[in-house]
Amino acid sequence: MVEMIGAEAVIEALKRENVSVVFGIPGGANLPIYDALYSSGIRSILCRHEQSAAHMADGYARASGKVGVCMATSGPGATNLVTGIATAYMDSSPIVAITGQVPRAMIGKDAFQEVDIIGITTAITKYTFQPMRAEEIPSDIKKAFYIASTGRPGPVLVDIPKDVQQEKANMIFPDKVTIRGYRPVVTPHPLQVEKAVDLLLSAERPVLWGGGGVNLSNAHEPFRKIAELLMAPVVTTLIGKGAFPENHPLALGPIGMHGTAEANRIVLETDCLLSVGVRFSDRSTGRFDAFCPDAKIIHIDIDPSEIGKNKRVHLPIVGDAKVTLEQIYERLKSKIVEQRNDSPWLRRVEEVREEVRRNAKLDGSNRLMSVQIIKKIRQLLPPEGILATEVGKHQMFAEIHYKVVRPRTWITSTGLGTMGFGFPASIGAKVAKPDVPVVDLAGDGSFCMTENSLAVCVEEGIPVIVVIMDNRSLGMVEQWQRIFYNRRYSSVKFGSTPDFVRLAESYGAVGIRAHTLEEFEKAFNHALLSEVATVIDVPIDPEEDVYPFVPPGAGLKDILYGPNG
Amino acid sequence: MSESYILSTIVENKPGVLFKASNMFRRRGFNIESITVGPIEQPGLSKMTIVVNGDESTVEQLVKQLAKLIDVIKIVRLEAKNSVVRELALIKVNASDQKARADLMNYVQIFRGKVVDVGEETMTIEVTGAPDKIDAFIKILTSFGIRDISRTGITAIARG
Ligand SMILES: Cc1ncc(C[n+]2csc(CCOP(=O)(O)OP(=O)(O)O)c2C)c(N)n1
Repeated sequence: MVEMIGAEAVIEALKRENVSVVFGIPGGANLPIYDALYSSGIRSILCRHEQSAAHMADGYARASGKVGVCMATSGPGATNLVTGIATAYMDSSPIVAITGQVPRAMIGKDAFQEVDIIGITTAITKYTFQPMRAEEIPSDIKKAFYIASTGRPGPVLVDIPKDVQQEKANMIFPDKVTIRGYRPVVTPHPLQVEKAVDLLLSAERPVLWGGGGVNLSNAHEPFRKIAELLMAPVVTTLIGKGAFPENHPLALGPIGMHGTAEANRIVLETDCLLSVGVRFSDRSTGRFDAFCPDAKIIHIDIDPSEIGKNKRVHLPIVGDAKVTLEQIYERLKSKIVEQRNDSPWLRRVEEVREEVRRNAKLDGSNRLMSVQIIKKIRQLLPPEGILATEVGKHQMFAEIHYKVVRPRTWITSTGLGTMGFGFPASIGAKVAKPDVPVVDLAGDGSFCMTENSLAVCVEEGIPVIVVIMDNRSLGMVEQWQRIFYNRRYSSVKFGSTPDFVRLAESYGAVGIRAHTLEEFEKAFNHALLSEVATVIDVPIDPEEDVYPFVPPGAGLKDILYGPNG
Repeated sequence: MSESYILSTIVENKPGVLFKASNMFRRRGFNIESITVGPIEQPGLSKMTIVVNGDESTVEQLVKQLAKLIDVIKIVRLEAKNSVVRELALIKVNASDQKARADLMNYVQIFRGKVVDVGEETMTIEVTGAPDKIDAFIKILTSFGIRDISRTGITAIARG
């Protein structure tokens, strides 16, 4: 038992969780916490907007697998976190947000900068805490980290009234916490595993489908080994990119609205779909009833509420993806005597691929600047290099054309689709992995939403590389207006945009404009060696549209390959 | 097929738990008929009895979403035939003349209710029972003129 004030207990509890960095902004209601932070040895990164602080914590978590921490004061500080928390929630990213609150006696009185952040975030957090006595802080923070990082990960908010931060108490820091209503099932039911093995063995056209859950549980190895054992093609979701090395001969890329043509076509032909850590999002499956109607679907997820939520499946398995896949792999291995390297199914996959390649040559999509830039980035970035994206056409181009080859090197907002996420997330990733190059692939619209984080890069010496696909437009929306609204461009074209080169320079970062692929290569190589952040502005024709495209509400088979169908 | 299901849940007895549950129902579009909450004998815990209308798969999803809430500790689905289901109602009716009062007393007896308050022009009757019994009672009282009704919503317990 140690006597200290609540704010000191917050910091001590963070240290015990091995937190080495926090992202945030101080204010009246969290001054005591920032005071305790001052001499703590924990790196405090001063952000320029709380939304970005939450995205940085999120990017840190996605790159490292550890919990990211962000902080804000009460009222507007807390509400500014909301988009960041919702983004982390939709993509199951473990972050802990610590907010200051008005003193206990003022709660409910509409005090200055009072906002009911618990009420506001209840639907977008895994759990919330509001310690009302200082001695509750150590166990509340411990529980917050435990809940955020276990089971299906997600954000947890801890809202601490200012006078609780200031209150002295005898603190007990527990080594372990138990929460009676929270016991994630990690180990799958053996009978379900056995059934999955039987289904997979009797399948003629098996497909593996990996989602964010494969990345979150670090299940990459057993996932790959099962694919290789069965010689089954592998598709992913958008966030599941990297669940399987995309340069692997069995990799087809992501399915969905802007999935690859080969993935979308092959997944519809399967007779047995092994889905791992996916949530059957409409963006991935298209119309639910038109998705793999004839396949036996096996669904592995640690969150029981995901099973049957959007689509009835034949075989649900509740468990951790890694543990479950390892068990399936072991059982499969003991049952498969001879591995086949050739099958009608693999030949069919090859046939579809060949067709897609031929079409791409004909339609010239590979000559688009957007596509060439993305392929160039892949070529210049080492395999362990991290690519974050914003939201828009550039993101969808990357979904199709950027090959993710290592786990946790692809960071993108999928569930919420938050513009402005990529840049701060890339900063968080770079803080987690300082020795690895980190790139934010941006649209000019998205970059403008959180561009002020350039100040953080420069101040903190975080040399991320921002590549702006600069089409002077909200490109994705423009594309939809082109296709679905007969080119009535309503509030999508920017009448004025900043000169991003000078914008970068004004922050003390490096700005380079690249008009050609050659200029881009030079700029990018320069940026890879730079010790300050670099913004590379690439002018892009706004009419470069992203295909293939499954229109909203359609089935995956109604894929459009170009403006004419 | 849409029908009523009763979920008897054990939850943490702390502020915000009812809010978290009802917020989830609203957000996911579940159609809740009633929720009642009260303490149970174990300290720190409460029982929340939820009546929900929906088909089998909706209710299954609701149970999963409810189980996902960290403050929810246990959920039991009660089958109507294997459980005792009760609701309490307080009904204030017009009763200004002698005849009305006599008739009312008669019905109260048949439905095993109780007169709990008498005013100059009104009587307040308490009745407990399964919701359909209460519905039937209320229907009869309508002819007297109902001034006000307070119903508790269902609470239930497994038989045996
Ligand atoms: C915060 C937020 N606001 C609005 C949207 C809707 N939206 C989706 S894509 C998009 C355009 C993105 O433009 P830009 O970042 O320039 O990328 P581009 O599509 O041009 O590559 C918009 C406005 C969104 N996803 N997020």
